[in-house]
Amino acid sequence: MINRTFYFFTVIFLIFVFVIFYRGLNNSNLYTPNTDIKKIPEFTSKTLIKKDSLNSKDIFNKNKFYLLNIWSSWCVPCRDEHPLLINLSNKEKIEIIGLNYKDNPNNAEKFINELGNPYSVILIDRDGTKAIEWGAFGVPENFLIYENKIIKRYIGPLNSQLIDEIKSYIE
Amino acid sequence: MNFLKSFLVILIILNFNSLKADEIKMQNKITKNLRCLICQGQSVYDSDSEFAISLKLVVKHKINEGFTEDQIYKFLTIKYGEWILYDPQFNKNTYFLWFLPLLIFLFGGAIILKKLINIKK
Repeated sequence: MINRTFYFFTVIFLIFVFVIFYRGLNNSNLYTPNTDIKKIPEFTSKTLIKKDSLNSKDIFNKNKFYLLNIWSSWCVPCRDEHPLLINLSNKEKIEIIGLNYKDNPNNAEKFINELGNPYSVILIDRDGTKAIEWGAFGVPENFLIYENKIIKRYIGPLNSQLIDEIKSYIE
Repeated sequence: MNFLKSFLVILIILNFNSLKADEIKMQNKITKNLRCLICQGQSVYDSDSEFAISLKLVVKHKINEGFTEDQIYKFLTIKYGEWILYDPQFNKNTYFLWFLPLLIFLFGGAIILKKLINIKK
């Protein structure tokens, strides 16, 4: 009798362990946090082209969608997503704000001159601390904002599928 | 008199140093408890990734602004979720985690006790 219950529990235990590990196999090992932050952080930053100082309150204040794009000239995937951003910037209902992450200003300007400027404003984050305020991991990363709230975040580069998704949000 | 003055100056500098040392100690303690989210299996303290370097700076700024250790953890868990902490805080999601060792201990103890009673009989 004891032997049978022992086998029974062993089998149950093994099945339990198997299910947990099997499910774990399907999980992505890239961690994405629950997007608890809905409010956009407040910050002041210098801008890349005009070189003036701007507060976040003065940026996200229109009745429009905003896409905050964290980018850098040294980031290769940013180069790939750039044409998509230029395409998206033609839409009237959305404004793209750049956050230049840990970049050399000269290189950043060269990047923009070379590939075009989809951004209405480019903010500078020299030491990466502003990106942390946003809860960002690195470059590239995008936040879709409406009425001062983050409605969607995209970690990693955008592709045409995700751009279509953004377009469906704004229309 | 001069000697006293220079003694005081040195004392003040030394005091300032120890304050600074406390700050660095606290910064190290906090960053050792933070998981570097983009490098696997490393703490923010150990890592030199761009993310970790920025996070160390943020922790330093927050300490200078007068945030306590718990306030800094809270600030970061709001941004990055509980996963960023190596030492998870005690809340309804982690009850099971915290109590499981105790439960296993009690269960094991009960088994041993039962065996002992059986032997005595």
